[in-house]
Amino acid sequence: MRRYFGRKLLIYGLTFFAAVTINWLIPRLMPGDPVASMVSRANLTQPEAVAAMQAYYTGLFGLDLPAWQQYLNFWGALLRGDLGISIWLFPTPVADVITRAVPYTLGLLVPAILLSWWAGNRFGAFAARRRLLDNTVLPVGYILTATPYMWLAILLAWGLGIVAGIFPVAGGYSYAMRPNLSWEFAGSLALHWFLPFLSLFLVAFGGWAIGMRNMIIYELEADYSSYLAALGAPRRLIRRYAFRNAVLPQITGLALQLGVLVAGALVTEVVFSYPGLGSLILKAIQNQDFFLLQGIFLFIVTGVLIANFVIDIVYVLVDPRTRAGMGAEA
Amino acid sequence: MSVVPDEKAAVASAGVRAEALHFALRNGKLLAGLAVLLALLLLGLFGPLVSAGDPNAYVGPQFAPPSGDHWFGTTLFGQDIFTQFVHGLRATFLVGLLGGGIAAVIGMAIGFTAGYRGGVVDEVLNMLTNIVLVLPALAVLLVINAYLGIRSIPVQAVFIGLTSWPWVARAIRAQTFSLRTRDFVDLARLSGVRPWKIMTTEIAPNMSSYLFMAFILLFGGSVLIGASLDFVGLGPTDSISLGLMLNNAARYNALHLGMWWWFIPPGLGITAVVGSLYVMNVGLDEVFNPKLREM
Repeated sequence: MRRYFGRKLLIYGLTFFAAVTINWLIPRLMPGDPVASMVSRANLTQPEAVAAMQAYYTGLFGLDLPAWQQYLNFWGALLRGDLGISIWLFPTPVADVITRAVPYTLGLLVPAILLSWWAGNRFGAFAARRRLLDNTVLPVGYILTATPYMWLAILLAWGLGIVAGIFPVAGGYSYAMRPNLSWEFAGSLALHWFLPFLSLFLVAFGGWAIGMRNMIIYELEADYSSYLAALGAPRRLIRRYAFRNAVLPQITGLALQLGVLVAGALVTEVVFSYPGLGSLILKAIQNQDFFLLQGIFLFIVTGVLIANFVIDIVYVLVDPRTRAGMGAEA
Repeated sequence: MSVVPDEKAAVASAGVRAEALHFALRNGKLLAGLAVLLALLLLGLFGPLVSAGDPNAYVGPQFAPPSGDHWFGTTLFGQDIFTQFVHGLRATFLVGLLGGGIAAVIGMAIGFTAGYRGGVVDEVLNMLTNIVLVLPALAVLLVINAYLGIRSIPVQAVFIGLTSWPWVARAIRAQTFSLRTRDFVDLARLSGVRPWKIMTTEIAPNMSSYLFMAFILLFGGSVLIGASLDFVGLGPTDSISLGLMLNNAARYNALHLGMWWWFIPPGLGITAVVGSLYVMNVGLDEVFNPKLREM
């Protein structure tokens, strides 16, 4: 057990280390003079702002210092929570900009991931039961998983938002409101949340349903199922055992799909101008705000790593085999 | 080695191939997926020849719905959407082929080496695989693309290939692990065949069907990642792609203007390419795996 978690922690630690190094390395590999080009891209009008920017960049890149020292300084700043200053929203610190956007992204992602996983598994297991259902569910599931997140989002925005006029298609809450603690505001928040959530939910749902359907069919053909059937066990009991066994690979699948789901949330937010990290990335790219982009990158990587670790723990709790014979497989 | 076992093996493998072909030709999923994919491929290959010219050129009336002159209508600026679509399809296939191909090659190289060598080599490669596996690919690509200012489809595809290989490496490693202790591999090793040759002639052929299916999934994955990158504005600036078309449609308010002909074709194109690949994959699974065949 300790060995298993030790190994996992080592991998996550190394991954974080690699991500930070990539983040540090890329601007230095960029052709040309990064400081001059970034200052000119920032489009600042006041000369003192330009000078401040120039000094800030030179200090941050520490171009007079040796490379190893620049690298250590980068880590030092990072561990103090200093991700630099946003160019687009100068002079707001990047950490503050990100903190404001995070609740929206988490509010979309967490329910979409958990609900699609739960519902997809239930539905996939249910579909494997009947041929007719199977033949209709399967193609729909494949179409859903093959759909790019942003396209489904665009279709939903157009169909339910603009043509039917039920849901708003842009923003995190009504433009006429300021964030406050009232039912009216909460309602607006929920209305704006629904379509981005639905598009994320549907794409992921298709994938889980197909995965579960395949796993259940595989488990129902396994020896233990035939044995139970031969003993005269009720079909419901056999199904329950099959479901339990089929859910385990789906948990591993969740860990593998995490990066894809996060990516889906980012592009979906762009479609709906939802004020989370995805929209922030778009703004950072459009405004050439590389500090913001790097900050979001680190935030996403950290989030994915933590989520992966949580899934690892859940896996151990759910699977008695891993609990018993821990250590061989990492 | 005498000639007879070789001949026997050749006959046997020909038999397996004939059997696979027999079931392939009767598998509805495989054929349907293949038909859709081929139709789109042909459209991408020959469409740009028929609908010649710069896909971004302003050729027609602005804001025109589909008609005989402009089959898929025109954009807000009078660009022909059909021309953009067929050029975009070409880009989609290029991203899939290059990205998927590079990822498959890296995944195979690392998976075979790790699985066959074992020991320290395996530990190191496995660690590397796990690291790349948990790094969210899109986040890495966003940062790299934004900094390097990559605006060409082939370079984008290369970067996608470099980040999407880990799960294949992992799967191939596991399979190589189980294959390398089999008798025929031991026999080859005892008769002094070099590791590289054992991997390519003894181990790889035994999972050729699996490798092919992995490539198909990587192809689809590359297409989806490429479309996401294009959509957030890191696509090509000198040419067109389906993701870029969606980006343009969203940016210039095609939704509010009710220009459904601007955003339906590109998304449908991506979904059709990726979806037909996935369905083909299920079909292939049934062809290669007798347990799954419907009687």
